[in-house]
Amino acid sequence: MKKVYRLDEIDCANCAAKLENAISKISGVKFAGINFFAQKLTVEIDDDRFDDVMAEVVKTVKRQQPGCKVIL
Amino acid sequence: MSTKHKKMLCRILASALIFGIATVLDGTQIIKNEYLYIILLFAAYFTVGWDILWRAVINIFHGKIFDENFLMSIATVGAIFIGEYSEAVFVMIFYQVGELFQSIAVGKSRRSIASLMQLRPDSAVVERSGSTVTVDPSQVNVGEIIVVRPGEKIPLDGVIVQGSSYINTVALTGESMPSDAKEGDDVLSGCINMSALIHVKVTKSFGESTVSKILELVENSTANKAKSENFITRFARVYTPVVVICALLLAVIPPLFLGVADAQVWRSWVYRAMSFLVVSCPCALVISVPMTFFSGIGGMSKRGILVKGSNYIETLSKCDTAVLDKTGTLTTGQIVVTKVYCENGYKTDDIIQLANICESASTHPIAAAIRNYAASADNTRAQTIEELAGYGVHAVVDGTDVYVGNAKLMDKIGVSYKACTDVGSLVYIARANEYMGCIVLSDVIKSDSKRAIDSLKECGIHRIVMLTGDNDAVASNVAAQLGIDEYYSQLLPSDKVTKTETLIQNKTGGSLAFVGDGINDAPVLARADIGIAMGGLGSDAAIEAADVVLMDDNPLKIALAVKSARRIVSIVKQNIIFVLAVKLTILVLVALGAAGMWAAVFADVGVAVLAILNAMRAIRIRQKL
Repeated sequence: MKKVYRLDEIDCANCAAKLENAISKISGVKFAGINFFAQKLTVEIDDDRFDDVMAEVVKTVKRQQPGCKVIL
Repeated sequence: MSTKHKKMLCRILASALIFGIATVLDGTQIIKNEYLYIILLFAAYFTVGWDILWRAVINIFHGKIFDENFLMSIATVGAIFIGEYSEAVFVMIFYQVGELFQSIAVGKSRRSIASLMQLRPDSAVVERSGSTVTVDPSQVNVGEIIVVRPGEKIPLDGVIVQGSSYINTVALTGESMPSDAKEGDDVLSGCINMSALIHVKVTKSFGESTVSKILELVENSTANKAKSENFITRFARVYTPVVVICALLLAVIPPLFLGVADAQVWRSWVYRAMSFLVVSCPCALVISVPMTFFSGIGGMSKRGILVKGSNYIETLSKCDTAVLDKTGTLTTGQIVVTKVYCENGYKTDDIIQLANICESASTHPIAAAIRNYAASADNTRAQTIEELAGYGVHAVVDGTDVYVGNAKLMDKIGVSYKACTDVGSLVYIARANEYMGCIVLSDVIKSDSKRAIDSLKECGIHRIVMLTGDNDAVASNVAAQLGIDEYYSQLLPSDKVTKTETLIQNKTGGSLAFVGDGINDAPVLARADIGIAMGGLGSDAAIEAADVVLMDDNPLKIALAVKSARRIVSIVKQNIIFVLAVKLTILVLVALGAAGMWAAVFADVGVAVLAILNAMRAIRIRQKL
């Protein structure tokens, strides 16, 4: 399932690129893309594990960019 | 400027003020106190840079050593250690100025792109149980009646049930000519109701409506990244570590050869290494490329050209072969009466009136075209009407037999007629066994098609091919009128795919664009290097299948799209080359000792600012060719 989330307080393009890279590496994430300008995070995750993997995504965002939040 | 920006600006100004006072005090020798000078500089340093230092400390715990906060901290702390206090403060101030500017510029470009997409309606006025209530558009159900006052945005797709007005589609198509809409006409969300109050029955929920589809498309467009964008992120990933390693080597190796014992030598090389770290932040590069694409996509959408991703901008810019579908792309796709030939003393009006009466019951497109051409029909004149499948129509009008149909029909009833040689659909008409004349119907070429083809040729698209399901006579006629040398006729939809595949195999380097109306050529749109759908307004199928959607059906937009894509790609190239060249030059100058930390941070921030300003140019897309 593909879902789009709003990312708050993402300030630098390089940070966005790094974050995108980190999220892509989470197991269960098929695709991750961050649109720095639209402040949107697009993730594709298998349906049956969606909630678990998404929780991991939120954790990764928090760890990588402490100021940045995923608006669920 | 947001409060966050204002706070930062205050910190920068305060720090600069303290720095200034310290420098003046030190320079004028009024107070000869080394400690006061250093204390003031430390105050300035922490005022402007405490958050960077703090974030650097946190990041070390997360194992992120190539983070720019960390690198800036190392560079400035290193400078302090070798006694370059003022340099450290200056670098920190300038770095923050650069970050602030970047943040403001990004915010500004986000806002200007958002304002381009000021399509999203805020509210809808819906009729519920006899009164009207204002609700969020997403809470309106299909089938409900909404009221749209003049000057308001139409919040959801629907059909007018009461009232008539002018509708402005500029937000969707870039075309400012208002069109009129009356009862029974479909209206699309995002358009502006210009002149009168209308009642609209909602046909699509908010999530499914045109405006949501378009916004979603543009906002998600950067998920499809261009090659140059991927190149730059990959480059940034190695650039920072490489520069940091170089800095380390620069700090250690030359002193080993030039004098291990000499503190002055060590100081000089450590200083150069710290200056290296200042240039190691790749942000200018990483921001300028996607920013150019995003601004470009935003600018193009304002002109009614929706691009589904940065990668398609790149492909479009390389286009050198254009394959165009005839019907609906170069021609209007609607059959109209183009000529009437009269014989045996009959007048055009007689022929049309009679044909109109006979065709009044038929649903065939030709019948509809004749009905549209003749204003109104007096249906009481016809006693019987029967359709002769494959031939035409036989009717009894005013007590006389009338035959309207193709040449075969004339042969069948044995009327001698004059075969017409015009290109198009021919309708012969005979009354009481006397030939009356012939009506020529054809699909008319759009008024802008000729100019569109010319401008495509001007852009260096050397191969223009027309595909059509129509017969050869029609195809060659249209091709000749438009100046297209290559065309293929009588193609079934599947033939169009095969033909396009052959063309792709034979192309010379550039990319192949297919332009169609998106109704029955979805497979071809998908197969081409880049599929451009025309007249996408209100057609979900077209928006789904194509890579680029032209919201209206003006063929001039094809060349405009190609030209805009080329301009965007050239801005991207300028930025990549410019940023890399400046960074490399600074690195070399710093290594040679010809530039200090001041120059390094100045050039680094400066190049980021210039790249951002250049990227923002991409938002301006010319209105017309």
